Amino acid sequence: MAQEIERGAVVADVENRPEGPRTDYEVGLESLSQWQLAWRKFKKHRLALIGLGILIALVVIAIAGPIVMPFRFDSIARPDQIVYQGRGPSLSHPFGETGGLQRDVLLLVVNGARWSLLIGFSSMAIGVVIGTIIGSIAGYAGGAVDNILMRVVDVMLSLPILFVILVAARFFAGARDNIWTIIIIFGLFGWMGVARLVRSLFLSIREREFVEAARAVGVRDRRIIFKHILPNALSPIVVAASLIVAGNIIGEAFVSFLGYGVNPITPTWGNVLSSALTFIPLGNWWWPFFPGFAIILTVLAVNFIGDGLRDAFDPRSRA
Amino acid sequence: MTEVIAAPSPLGAPPPDNILLDVRNLKTYFKVLDGVVPAVDGVSFSLERGKSIGIVGESGSGKSVSALTMMRLLDIPPAEIRDGEIWFDGREILHMPMEEMRKIRGNDMAMIFQEPLTSLNPVFTVGDQIAEQVERHKKVKRKAAWDRAIESLQLVGIPSPERRVKQYPHELSGGMRQRVMIAMALSCEPKLLIADEPTTALDVTIQAQILELLKTIQDRTDSALMLITHDLGVVAEMVDNVIVMYAGQVVEQGTVDEVLVNPRAPYTMGLLESIPTVEKRGGRLSAIKGTVPNPFNMPPACRFEPRCPYAWNLCAETAPDLYPAGPHGQHARCHLHTPAGAPRLPEALADHERKLNVGHGIS
Amino acid sequence: MESSTTPVRPDGPPPATPEVVVEGGADVTEMDPLEIARVGAGKTLLQVRGLKKHFPIVGGLLRRQIGTVYAVDGVDFDVNSGETFALVGESGCGKTTLGRSVLRLIEPTAGQITFAGRDISHISADELRPLRRKMQIIFQDPFGSLNPRMPVSDLIGEGLLAQGMKDRKARDKKVEDSLELVGLRREYTRRYPHEFSGGQRQRIGIARALALGPDIVVCDEPVSALDVSIQSQVLNLLLDLRRDLNLTYIFISHNLSVVQYFSDRVGVMYLGRIAELGSVEQLYKDPRHPYTVALLSAIPDPNPRKRKKRLVLKGDVPSPAAPPAGCRFHTRCWLREKLGNPERCVTEEPQLRNFGGGHQTACHFAEEISADTVSSAVETQSVLETAVADPV
Repeated sequence: MAQEIERGAVVADVENRPEGPRTDYEVGLESLSQWQLAWRKFKKHRLALIGLGILIALVVIAIAGPIVMPFRFDSIARPDQIVYQGRGPSLSHPFGETGGLQRDVLLLVVNGARWSLLIGFSSMAIGVVIGTIIGSIAGYAGGAVDNILMRVVDVMLSLPILFVILVAARFFAGARDNIWTIIIIFGLFGWMGVARLVRSLFLSIREREFVEAARAVGVRDRRIIFKHILPNALSPIVVAASLIVAGNIIGEAFVSFLGYGVNPITPTWGNVLSSALTFIPLGNWWWPFFPGFAIILTVLAVNFIGDGLRDAFDPRSRA
Repeated sequence: MTEVIAAPSPLGAPPPDNILLDVRNLKTYFKVLDGVVPAVDGVSFSLERGKSIGIVGESGSGKSVSALTMMRLLDIPPAEIRDGEIWFDGREILHMPMEEMRKIRGNDMAMIFQEPLTSLNPVFTVGDQIAEQVERHKKVKRKAAWDRAIESLQLVGIPSPERRVKQYPHELSGGMRQRVMIAMALSCEPKLLIADEPTTALDVTIQAQILELLKTIQDRTDSALMLITHDLGVVAEMVDNVIVMYAGQVVEQGTVDEVLVNPRAPYTMGLLESIPTVEKRGGRLSAIKGTVPNPFNMPPACRFEPRCPYAWNLCAETAPDLYPAGPHGQHARCHLHTPAGAPRLPEALADHERKLNVGHGIS
Repeated sequence: MESSTTPVRPDGPPPATPEVVVEGGADVTEMDPLEIARVGAGKTLLQVRGLKKHFPIVGGLLRRQIGTVYAVDGVDFDVNSGETFALVGESGCGKTTLGRSVLRLIEPTAGQITFAGRDISHISADELRPLRRKMQIIFQDPFGSLNPRMPVSDLIGEGLLAQGMKDRKARDKKVEDSLELVGLRREYTRRYPHEFSGGQRQRIGIARALALGPDIVVCDEPVSALDVSIQSQVLNLLLDLRRDLNLTYIFISHNLSVVQYFSDRVGVMYLGRIAELGSVEQLYKDPRHPYTVALLSAIPDPNPRKRKKRLVLKGDVPSPAAPPAGCRFHTRCWLREKLGNPERCVTEEPQLRNFGGGHQTACHFAEEISADTVSSAVETQSVLETAVADPV
């Protein structure tokens, strides 16, 4: 079209425009992406960095530990010398030994890391996926759909979750290797917070001008959800997810401690604590102490990371 | 909270008594992750008792930071006072203990902010907020303070103030809230009223109300007024003297009549040229090219040089000072007003006159 | 959708060789077989009749409707091809809602919108999508209107994609052309919004709208969020683009000086209705509505030697959820006060009346406005009484 040809002429003329940009002073020196900026701020958060270091160490232990020091339920150290009392920390067993089967507590803690982290992260993933999907639908669709989904959330939140989990765990307890049962139960009962968060994020981002701009050029709903709204909702979801991990690790320990959790022959931290229970009056402090300390350490590390992420993603904190 | 800054020793001499506010070589920098931002970089000016001054500039020019520094409302860090003295009512306030500063703030020196809703406390009634301030500063009884609150609401033209004092901020309209802010600022009869973009958030007709009100109050009280704005029209109407700021520095100062009619700094010229008027219809506007410099990468000499239509090599080599540039105490930060630039000056002024009145190019 | 490398020609009247322009790429106008009649300059491009947009106010535990915001409440106007039609008014007058409704970014409650001879008020979203190419919008906020997580190539290119330009290369080429068109460098495609200044972002927003080759562009306060020195750059760009691309603008603004400089015809809005409509000359030289008079009087003049006494309206704009009966402006009207508060203003809503040459005013007493009435109103007003219209 004639219009198009003229447009070409304008393009050629652009350098001569009096207000033509001079690059030297106009664009910032840095061209950091949002994530790079967040990482720079995260690095300034000392506790979060420590937390990240601890978590990385724990992950390495969780992956490599069981290979170096495998746990086999039927391998008992000294079957000939079964004693009632455990043994305190020593050079060969720095975390001490349990009473009864005289297992190395270090070995239990190392192997427990694998299960606890697996449960914490996997159930978080399930919860976040479910929560994000439900929250997105509610937030984007609005109206009656939103209303129904949010009432479902209300109902879920009003359940005494711990009790439900105990019942569900008992109900599915028949399974031989029930660790995934536990993970799924935690996931299925841990998405409501995320759903509420994602819904509110959708409600606010949906009204942002760039979404309107996308609609103005004819972008379809699906692309608006996946390219415009979700990417902008990601950072609060990540922060929430980190806190869920911590909650799930504690939750698993708690349920296992009560004896309704993972199959007692699996050395999760909760199970180790549970079996230590009867030995506490005998003064075997090292038995519950080290797995308990591992739980505290992990949860603290994850919470510190969550705090750091929250600050890093906060656009108001620049320094 | 703001900490006490070690006073430079020795302090300069206090200004003469008719000078209410004397700012001397103020430097406020911000330390951020990426480096240091010279938000206010060597600003000096003074304000006589009862007079008014306007500080004009675009976002990032340092006009609001100057005011916040004066009120000692900046967080240190990230802010950092590198240099300067501020004399207010015969005392140096930039280095005085925070305790004493609190007695001055809201009492002798009061501020009106851009967003009335965010600067009023939503859980207290309007009267509570004004009376509390009066009680604290004037050491009067609750009853007297409450009467004073009603009186100041009356002063800003709020009808039936006895009932309004019992309302909460959210019950008031935007224009009414700004009036309450002004009433609050006036309640202690301050010697200096600082208004930071008082009408920017308001609609045109409400802006007119508030401006007329501020003018009336200026006439009726002895307060001096410091008006911070980006709107040259507002400045032209409201103040006696004006300071134009660019990239943390004062680039021009003088009386409004001089600065806005016969501007002498190329930045001020450019701002006035770019204002759309009827005469320019059909033509393009004369625009200042480029954008405000990146604060981390300031031009080394004159900060306006990359955007200046009259710059020559000296401007990129040597930073200009504020030079006398007019008969009535007008000053401009531009080499055009030095002997080296004098030969170029007539041409620059002629060019400005031309751009001021007509649009150019065909549209 | 056809691939853009092998464009399928529409059956309608074939346009002149667009391939010449963007070599190796496809022109946007080739992306869809939909054909929109081009409207000759000066002819009516957009016609709005009886347009209303009411927003429900919901509240209470059961989210029941407890009220209605009459954001736009019966508006008629025409926009001619090639002109700039400005909508001015204060916040809450409905100008932004009107601009969005005209593009059907907001579904109007009632009324008819005719674009290039076609009634678009009720067509489906799928029918509307190809039309979006011809009707675009530039937003006020250069920060909020660009997705911070998207590079420039996607910000500008996704409209092209949505309109069926599937070929990545052709799209990138078009994006670069658009960047150049608005005075930005071609290399900026991989950058993210936060790397640009406000003025540059606004240019990106303009490029996004223009990449689709629109006929009409709604400019919603395009410069009011920008610094003074940048405003004129963007206004110049918009002027150049209007000339070079034969654009028609609907220019929404609260700034009367900018409107006076920039536009051809103006509609002054108050509480969801048009109070006065006319050419810039008619409105600025001979305002016939007391509200227009007050708006013009409120403009601060940057020349301190022209200080004037201004006409100050009383109170704030009433809530659009409860517009006053009769003339919506009567609660703040200085003219009505001057005339001894005639009952008619409260009982009867004034309709737009013709004053010749397309100049229309919705005021019962428009004939009473003169330099004398205005100056006597200025003389008798008291600044301290300007807050009275607000009910306690």
